[in-house]
Amino acid sequence: MIPLNLYLLVAAALFAMGVYGVLARRNAVAILMSIELMLNAVNLNLVSFWRYRAPDALSGQTFAVFVFAVAAAEAAVGLALIISIYRSRETVVAEDVNMLKW
Amino acid sequence: MQITPVTVTFAIMSIFALGGGLGVVVNRNLVHAALFLVLSLFGIAGLFILLEAPFLAAVQILVYVGAISVLITITIMVTRRIMGIRESVNRQWPVAAVVAVLAFATLGFVIVSQFAGETPVSDVPPESVAQLGAQLVSSQAFLLPFELASVLLLAALIGAIVVARD
Repeated sequence: MIPLNLYLLVAAALFAMGVYGVLARRNAVAILMSIELMLNAVNLNLVSFWRYRAPDALSGQTFAVFVFAVAAAEAAVGLALIISIYRSRETVVAEDVNMLKW
Repeated sequence: MQITPVTVTFAIMSIFALGGGLGVVVNRNLVHAALFLVLSLFGIAGLFILLEAPFLAAVQILVYVGAISVLITITIMVTRRIMGIRESVNRQWPVAAVVAVLAFATLGFVIVSQFAGETPVSDVPPESVAQLGAQLVSSQAFLLPFELASVLLLAALIGAIVVARD
């Protein structure tokens, strides 16, 4: 049987990669893809703990289902915003969308 | 840890997930990054199957790979512009790398010290998918969050259409 810490290490590595992608990438779509990586890492974490600590209680899997729903909603709205920004400013580089910067 | 089929499958799926994740964050070509994201999501679906959550694996492939990745690819193609040789990372990428490494080091230290060598407490009860469905609509369990998630999805749907319209 695979020990729990290996699953958690995979999830932590994915989360760290997502953090790097969000902070360092310029393109807004790439930032959104890194956010999806982080959400997947969280899901992996939830399901690993459900399986290894409380497989009888189904609330672990239910949490993951709700994370799926929220991630889908957020991806849809974020991508619609990016398309709208591209229409008005002709760029999707996150640094160039700086009208609210002081 | 001996070499069993479970161990080999875990190694392959982890390589897919982590390799895909690395491809997403360092690739200069956005379409390649989207395809690496698909690879990573398939790896995570495989890990869900290893964790005996088959319903979540199916939902992962349907929703993430089938819907969200397609949406991301469509957005990449719609927002294309004539790019020269531009950088894919901004000016603060060394700080970002340090932050990411620190985050992984902190999490890894906690994981290795607290959860070393843990095995599953018990087996998954049979019919867990049917029970999951029953719990999602049972007023004793998760009915209210289920309905709220439906309202959230409706709001996101209407919002996305209104924002992305001409």
